[in-house]
Amino acid sequence: MTGVATDQAAALTAAVWSALHQVRDPELDEAVTDLGFVAGCQVSDSGKAVVRLRLPTYFCAPNFAFLMVADAFDAVAAVPGVRRAEVVLEDHFASNEINGGIAARAGFVQSFDGQAVAELHELRADFLRKAVMAGTDRVCRPLLSAGATVEELAGLTLGEVPPSADRERLRSRRAELGLPASDDDPLLVDAATGAAIGAHALPLHLRRAQTTRVSVDANAGVCRGLLQERYRTTEEKGQ
Amino acid sequence: MYEKDGEKYFVVDGHTHFWDASPENWVPGQEQYAKGWIECFHAYQSLGPPETHWSIEQFQKYPEDMMMRHLFEEGHVDVAIFQPTYLKQWYRNGFNTTEVNAALAERHPGKFVVNTRWDPRAGDEGLKELADNVARWGCKGVKLYTAEWRGDSRGWSLKSPEAARYLEKCQELGVKNIHVHKGPTIWPLDKDAFDVADVDFAATNFPELNFIVEHVGLPRIEDFCFMATQEPNVYAGLAVVVGGLMHSRPRFFAKVMGELMFWLGEDKLLFGADYAIWEPRWQVEGFVDWNMPTDAEFADYGQLSTQAKKKILGLNAARLYDIKVPAELDLPVPAGPEGAEPLAAPASI
Repeated sequence: MTGVATDQAAALTAAVWSALHQVRDPELDEAVTDLGFVAGCQVSDSGKAVVRLRLPTYFCAPNFAFLMVADAFDAVAAVPGVRRAEVVLEDHFASNEINGGIAARAGFVQSFDGQAVAELHELRADFLRKAVMAGTDRVCRPLLSAGATVEELAGLTLGEVPPSADRERLRSRRAELGLPASDDDPLLVDAATGAAIGAHALPLHLRRAQTTRVSVDANAGVCRGLLQERYRTTEEKGQ
Repeated sequence: MYEKDGEKYFVVDGHTHFWDASPENWVPGQEQYAKGWIECFHAYQSLGPPETHWSIEQFQKYPEDMMMRHLFEEGHVDVAIFQPTYLKQWYRNGFNTTEVNAALAERHPGKFVVNTRWDPRAGDEGLKELADNVARWGCKGVKLYTAEWRGDSRGWSLKSPEAARYLEKCQELGVKNIHVHKGPTIWPLDKDAFDVADVDFAATNFPELNFIVEHVGLPRIEDFCFMATQEPNVYAGLAVVVGGLMHSRPRFFAKVMGELMFWLGEDKLLFGADYAIWEPRWQVEGFVDWNMPTDAEFADYGQLSTQAKKKILGLNAARLYDIKVPAELDLPVPAGPEGAEPLAAPASI
């Protein structure tokens, strides 16, 4: 093994990690890297990437799991220099179906023969709409705390909101759903239709956005706690 | 009964189990699922205080006297409601069945309410079993687990015509409390198994039945809240909310409680310790001591009054199950929508 080849492998590994950072748990709307779902990532000198994913429980829903593994495969396979990608989900009741389906580039219906009737586009869109609602709370809450009125919010465009990571995250989720997402588009839109939310409907809209964020955050908190417990070492568990 | 600062609380633990997940009870060929299930439950226990954690061996199967001590001697529980979970595909004698629960209950008169269950995929035979169980043990409630596996099937929906037959039967038999527990699988598998739309559907069609959504619909608290606020006969079971969040994620716990109080109100929330995942003692004591944080992040939420805590810890469930509450433990005005303050009306804000 030459030093040059090893450097290449290290650089590729970093690139693969960076690609995985763009892969999200669809339900929690957070990067799989931040959630601790990447158990291992190795790239050989010949450009073969092997990524191992793990989840908080053995029984995490198989449809979200499939989306995540498929997204991870697409992201890793697209990294320049990766000649072959292998992404596997470990320790899950449906590992065989999911890993087999991903390796064969089969869809969800084919991977879960007889159990599913459609691919997962609608499920993904449902989660994106939740991400838009939770993101709306993240962006609007600081504005309201700073004294903005509901009427003022109703008149704002995305571009008029002070730049922030939360604003760009919201914009990106809206764009993924095909909703208006440019600087000139309204800050507050219906997550299903993209129509602007008028001042009269805004209090309820914001209330729902808040509840959605609380729900996603609480769920992510439980998931993090379960993952931490599941992958503590035996010594740490005192057994 | 729990007493603190001169206030007395009648405690109904709305969600308890007496299970057997020991390896001797695993179905050959299904061991990985039986093991995976109990290990998953055990991980949830880690979200409670460290001094309440058990070894996995203890957790797989625990003795009756220990359960009685944890609930009634140490845990302040007056009456506990058994919620069965069969899982016979993975556990030979079932995981936590009506029969086993009822046998324990019969040895301790007055301590337990015995709920049964049904599975709409069991057809006429299941309807008969439901009627038999109700006749034998006087069940007033059922626990439904929509993600239960049966042969090749990975779950079912409350929207199905088969489920409607069972709900009609419940109505006819006087089984008025329908506890619904969502899990990760359903048919078809491409749909969100945690979606509560089927509970909404059933609650609208069966207005005389009460639907208690366990774990407040976690991980779909928001969908549950938006649905429950429109359905007078939908309640929230707090199992997992108190056990899973109050200790490990107190700020999320506060927000979830704030949301539940806003959308459902204090008359619709039912405490459940979810034993043996968590022991009731720390949950009851912690909940009575708990107050909404006062920093700006929580400014939208009100405090929980002592009256609200009394209702949530026991009086609401006592009302649904006709459990007699000693006069000194009841509220001056009986718990219930008639005697309660009007709820916030979300649609009008």
